[in-house]
Amino acid sequence: MSIEPVLFYIFSAVLVFAAVMVIAVRNPVFAALFLVLAFFNSAALWLLLEAEFLALVLVLVYVGAVMVLFLFVVMMLDINLTPLREGFIKYMPVGLVVAVIMLLEIAVVVGPENFGLDQVAPPPRHGADYNNTAELGSVLYTVYAYPFEIAAVILLVAIVAAISLTLRRRPQTKYQNPAEQVLVRREDRVRLVKMEAEKAGSAEGAEGD
Amino acid sequence: MVFEFPNFVPALAEIFVLTMACVVLIVDLFLTERNRVITYLLSQATLLGAAVLTVSLHNNSTELTFSGGFIRDGMGDVLKVFIYLVVAVVFLYSREYLVVRKLFKGEFFVLGLFAVLGMMVMVSGHSLLTIYLGLELLSLSLYAMVAMHRDSMPASEAAMKYFILGAIASGMLLYGMSLIYGATGSLDIGVIADTLRMSPGDDMVLLLGLTFIIVALAFKLGAVPFHMWIPDVYHGAPTPVTLFIGSAPKIAAFAMVMRLLVDGLGPLHVQWQDMLVILAALSIVAGSVIAIAQRNLKRMLAYSTIAHVGFLLLGILAGTENGYAGAMFYVLVYALMTLGAFGMILMLSRAGFEADEIEDFKGLNERSPWFAFVMLILMFSMAGVPPFVGFYAKLAVLQAVIDAGLVWLAVLAVLSAVIGAFYYLRIVKYMYFDKPGDESALQSNFDMRATISANGLLILGLGIYPSGLMALCVTVLR
Amino acid sequence: METLLAVWEAIPETWQNLLWIIVKILAIAVPIMLAVAYLTLAERKVIGYIQVRIGPNRVGPRGLLQPIADGLKLALKEIIIPTRANRFLFLMAPLLALAPALAAWAVVPFDDGMVLADISAGLLYVLALTSLSVYGIIIAGWASNSKYAFLGAMRSAAQMVAYEIAMGFALVGVLMAAGSLNLGEIVRAQEGSLLHWFWLPLLPLFFVYFISGVAETNRAPFDVAEGESEIVAGFHVEYSGMSFALFFLAEYANMILISALTAVMFLGGWLSPFQGIPGLEDLFAWVPGIVWLLLKMSVFLFLFLWFRATFPRYRYDQIMRLGWKVFIPITIVWLLVIGVAIMAHLGPWFD
Repeated sequence: MSIEPVLFYIFSAVLVFAAVMVIAVRNPVFAALFLVLAFFNSAALWLLLEAEFLALVLVLVYVGAVMVLFLFVVMMLDINLTPLREGFIKYMPVGLVVAVIMLLEIAVVVGPENFGLDQVAPPPRHGADYNNTAELGSVLYTVYAYPFEIAAVILLVAIVAAISLTLRRRPQTKYQNPAEQVLVRREDRVRLVKMEAEKAGSAEGAEGD
Repeated sequence: MVFEFPNFVPALAEIFVLTMACVVLIVDLFLTERNRVITYLLSQATLLGAAVLTVSLHNNSTELTFSGGFIRDGMGDVLKVFIYLVVAVVFLYSREYLVVRKLFKGEFFVLGLFAVLGMMVMVSGHSLLTIYLGLELLSLSLYAMVAMHRDSMPASEAAMKYFILGAIASGMLLYGMSLIYGATGSLDIGVIADTLRMSPGDDMVLLLGLTFIIVALAFKLGAVPFHMWIPDVYHGAPTPVTLFIGSAPKIAAFAMVMRLLVDGLGPLHVQWQDMLVILAALSIVAGSVIAIAQRNLKRMLAYSTIAHVGFLLLGILAGTENGYAGAMFYVLVYALMTLGAFGMILMLSRAGFEADEIEDFKGLNERSPWFAFVMLILMFSMAGVPPFVGFYAKLAVLQAVIDAGLVWLAVLAVLSAVIGAFYYLRIVKYMYFDKPGDESALQSNFDMRATISANGLLILGLGIYPSGLMALCVTVLR
Repeated sequence: METLLAVWEAIPETWQNLLWIIVKILAIAVPIMLAVAYLTLAERKVIGYIQVRIGPNRVGPRGLLQPIADGLKLALKEIIIPTRANRFLFLMAPLLALAPALAAWAVVPFDDGMVLADISAGLLYVLALTSLSVYGIIIAGWASNSKYAFLGAMRSAAQMVAYEIAMGFALVGVLMAAGSLNLGEIVRAQEGSLLHWFWLPLLPLFFVYFISGVAETNRAPFDVAEGESEIVAGFHVEYSGMSFALFFLAEYANMILISALTAVMFLGGWLSPFQGIPGLEDLFAWVPGIVWLLLKMSVFLFLFLWFRATFPRYRYDQIMRLGWKVFIPITIVWLLVIGVAIMAHLGPWFD
């Protein structure tokens, strides 16, 4: 009896609990935080599957960046949830029926009959020198180079779309141009003027006392 | 692990479009508002160059590259060339409209080119992964294009609906693909088909995966009962974007259906045929009937799209080579007709006036007999009146359905088409027998007039000689 | 002694391992806590001398017991929870701030083989954990139910995300140069001499990483999240007593961590600076590697204090501009340069 199944069940239980709470809690900030918890536990499950790269990247990207921005937005928004929940009771029976049917179907299909250890053999254990990151990299940049490039283009489109939808140039806004500030020369700002002294006597008078 | 350099030649057109899209993106940064037309010209040049590349690389053999993720074959080449053509015409029709409404921005063309790239990836996708990624690339560009008119509430609402439903559909597609992957152990379309041919086909996993994939495809195509987004998006989006969404992506969606259902899950034909029969019957009936109630031309064309999608599915569900060829013929013709119809709306519109109500076409004959005639050709063709090309398209798919032994479905489709003819002919009646609301002459530039005339004449010409295009469809699908 | 050994033998093996790991953790965490305490004293002293003052000199000889007194004072103070604050998150936030700063030490090598967890993806682990420290700040700001705290949290969230990207790209440069994600391997890849260390081939990344590190720890001149002159104390304005002390600990522990990582990745970690120099190398061969690492860390820690005493606080838009428009492009360009250098087997680093 190893400790791994125990860990698996603990992480899975917390994961399912957190996932349910994401949609069950009323406060959107709590929902986002429960989502973070769910991400953490799925990362832990990935670690159990010897996929440490995916686990760490999940934490790094989703927890460390995406959810931070998500929280940022959710905290800023003052959402009044009451109107959003108006139709909830009305549609719940239909929703529940559909959800239960879907759940049953999936449970029937994705059960041990079709994906059990008899159908799909467990992958072999790897030694301590097995490097998940290197393995992943070596197929990602060879066999899957084409999908990888398309994914990169999708990200580029996302950037273009986000900027074109949000960037508004307002003519009255005042910008600083640091380059201009740095490149400014003395001659542009200060002009030294040679002037005749106004009265010869006054300087002597000042010196006198 | 030894890295084998993939063969880039079959994908030259894709590489060219990607490079040029990036070039346009950067060049556009340095252009002033007055020189924006350079972006437009560069985009057109990109499409032209891609067409040249695709045509020059065309032959009837099949080439695989990028570890089996990319396929270049006759069908793909023909569909791609039509996509370039359609998008080029979309850009041309849109220009005036965008300039007048201060929407003439580089992003429209850049996103359009990326959408073209997405469609090319879809058309050439030979693994579940690349097909999905191509679809996402296309969809993401389209969502952004719908939302581009930021100050318009309907456009934002349409973009939101499109995005959320599109995301749900993508989720369904991914889930279905994951089940198929779980059952067959491969992402490669060819390997999946081989595995399925070996094993008996009523595996529960496969069936559930297939169902999810078909639901997702129905969402993307807009087949009833997954059509709710189509009227709102068509209506809310700026007309050029509606034109874009309504035309070229349907060609790509046809390719996706062919790759996924026919090439990949072909051995499950018996199972998916029943599902497609339901989708097709519902789409044809609902599309034809609901369109009658519409006062807005864009909305009406949206419902007409739903009906057309039903006809397209008829050809595919027949499961024969003639059926596929008929469906391909249908989708190409449909794209050309949609171009013309929305092009007419764009041509009639001007600053502060959208011309998207059916009433706006009243008395068009008195204002411009020639363009009223072009619209007449388009409407007759969409209704499926002989000798216009729409008739032959419908005929081809109906024949395939009858050959497949589904006579009741063919009868239902014909009856619905007759009902549907009513609303197309109503527009003709408005144009020829009603008094115009405003008498002003049409204002549009020369290339728009010339292209839309050519578009109408092409429909007429293809109606008289449909055999050329039909023969092309049959050859590339053999 | 005999009885102790017998007790040890009696424990089952899995528990032995667990206990051993706990001992190792304590061996790292306790010195860090002490270092944090004395870093606060060092900060006050250094800044004092920079500003021509003496700094704390009353408690103990030359003020050496000052941190102990500060700690006692904070421990004895009451923790006040603001009205309508979220009690659970309010108390949770300081822990969330401190935990990643300590957990990241698990993969830092102090000497050849002297590391708690010698994992292959160490660099990723460090990056993932440092990206978590922002949660403590955001949650503190939100749970406090206070406008100043909330403003601080928002600023911090945007700032962290911006600089994390630059930091991540800098680390990508390191991993390209070293060809490994394991921090021990990264140090071994720098073996040779002072000039073999990665600070030279990765010079822009070195600067970007350290400056981003300053920004990530919310230290001056990037301390808009605290901004005591504008939003009082930012995210921890409502905290008092031990809960405040935890934030303090987290900030300084993060500083030490960033210094250690910079030393490991760019200045050759435990390697002697006299390596490869005839004569001097043998002369200093007796010095254990950990001393060199501590010395290098001290240099960076001093820089942290020096920055604080020297630079005025950045304005918020300037911070964003620096992160997004300067650092990220620099790192991306330099990654390209490294790629070319590796392909060309440019000596003495990549041959």
